Amino acid sequence: MSPAIAIRELDKVYGEFHALRGVDLEVSERERVVICGPSGSGKSTLIRCINQLERHDGGAIVVGGVALGDDLRNLDAVRRETGMVFQHFNLFPHLTVLENCALPQILSRGARRATAEEKAQGYLARVRITEQAGKYPGQLSGGQQQRVAIARALCMEPRIMLFDEPTSALDPEMISEVLDVMVDLAEAGMTMVVVTHEMGFARKVADRVVYMEAGRIVETAPPDRFFSAPRDDRTRRFLSKILKGS
Amino acid sequence: MTDRAAPTPSAPTPSDPRLPPRTRRRPLIKLLFGDLVSAALTVLAALAIVMLLPALNWALLDAHWHVAAPGDCRHGGACWAFVAAKSRLILFGLYPPSEQWRAMIVIALIVAMILASLSPRLRGGRLIAIWGGAIVAMLVLMGGGVLGLPPVPTSKWGGLPVTLLLAVLSLGLAFPLAVLLALGRRGRLPLARAISVTIIELVRGLPLVGLLFVAAILLPLLLPPDWTVDKLGRTLAALTIFAAAYLAEVLRGGLQGLDGGQQEAAEALGIPYWKTVWHIILPQAIQNVIPPLTNTAIVMVKNTSLVLIVGVFDMLSAARSAATDPAWPAPSTEAYLFVALIYFVICFGISVYSAHLETGVKSRRHG
Repeated sequence: MSPAIAIRELDKVYGEFHALRGVDLEVSERERVVICGPSGSGKSTLIRCINQLERHDGGAIVVGGVALGDDLRNLDAVRRETGMVFQHFNLFPHLTVLENCALPQILSRGARRATAEEKAQGYLARVRITEQAGKYPGQLSGGQQQRVAIARALCMEPRIMLFDEPTSALDPEMISEVLDVMVDLAEAGMTMVVVTHEMGFARKVADRVVYMEAGRIVETAPPDRFFSAPRDDRTRRFLSKILKGS
Repeated sequence: MTDRAAPTPSAPTPSDPRLPPRTRRRPLIKLLFGDLVSAALTVLAALAIVMLLPALNWALLDAHWHVAAPGDCRHGGACWAFVAAKSRLILFGLYPPSEQWRAMIVIALIVAMILASLSPRLRGGRLIAIWGGAIVAMLVLMGGGVLGLPPVPTSKWGGLPVTLLLAVLSLGLAFPLAVLLALGRRGRLPLARAISVTIIELVRGLPLVGLLFVAAILLPLLLPPDWTVDKLGRTLAALTIFAAAYLAEVLRGGLQGLDGGQQEAAEALGIPYWKTVWHIILPQAIQNVIPPLTNTAIVMVKNTSLVLIVGVFDMLSAARSAATDPAWPAPSTEAYLFVALIYFVICFGISVYSAHLETGVKSRRHG
């Protein structure tokens, strides 16, 4: 079986800044990969290249067997396969929670309103937020908003979910409610790529943990080995910094 | 509701020392002359009232409401009888009196449409479709020539319907243009950006009167003779392009206030570009700039009065020509006051509507 995501020799340059330098990464079907690293290490850029919110400058990305290049039809196909959750939720503030989940199905898939709303209700129930369906995002807490954002992405029935620091903008007491939803999703067998500093989540859910620094992948390992016996000095230094608190 | 009737034991009584002392109403004399600033303001206000008394006298007490003949209006006092006698000319211009009901229905239709637009259930595409249908109906009613209605050439149109139609149509047609110009100016395509910037800066750099002259007088000279576009249509085109340039800049401000994450989220969800613009970007951009949009709308309503310079018979021109009737002694003040009142009602209505929209937006943004 071909991998869900195959990335080879990926390069990305912003002016003078080399954000990604020859990154290779493969993610199999139903695999959960957690990417961590200091800020500016290129982890967000990498995940944003997978659904082409950033265009890459070199290398190849194949998602679900579809090669990403200049062909816009391929881009549409890849975006149908992938759902994305952002650090700042990016819900549509002028739409209710229900509309946030239903409207994208109508606009991008041509779904009928009744079907779209039914599906939206289903996923809102799955992230345990049914009773807020009629509210506007500005009336919800950060944790609730992020759960709605997850439901909105799931409504498009993607085969791969990309999470770009989903809990970094949350107050500490709201982090667990979002992580719980992500754990449920992982247990249901979703292919997930998660950029996060939540090492507890990585330990519990990840099949592999990827450590990035300065636009390169430094180390990739299953979580037990990653946390107990990191091979690279840079990984060890990062882990000692990030685990000091917990 | 039983718990409300039962007095809570800890309820503070009026004599409770924890409460601040009850605010006593300040005596009037202190309110008016308590300090230097209030005293000065009181004196100024009193002076203003005294100075306005003659005007009130003129407008109400000494006014002539009904006169047997125009000449009876001569001594002092406002001649409201003139406005009553000329209201048909001011409101409908040279429109044939036998067909005047059509112009009246057009005014009623515009008012009804504006009221219908207040309903929160009518939004977006459906509202625009209904407005489009209503505008076509208005133009058919005014122009005739079909459905057994005798044709009335646009040179005979006049008064309030022309003012309202010019305002509504110029703003309505300018809006989509403004959206394209604003998106073009912010977009990544260099050609679109250059075209947008050129149009916006060129039109904003010209006075509206100049644009109207070009449209009404210069354009027919430049175009081949069989390319005649109706003068009212050319005037409307000039107003539209003028409004579009200003609206585009207002909208650009609204677009700049938008978080880039909105566009990204829509992209990640696979929503096509134009649907993103229509459903995600524009509604938010417009919500961001309701006050300056209102401002532009009000300015454009009043700008329609400038068409009198190129000989289009709007409400102001009609009032002016009514005032030149030699049978009535110098009634231009009354005529202009009457027109000013109608403009005020329209513009104030727009303000109230925008305030109503803004409270809606605010309640959705913060609990």
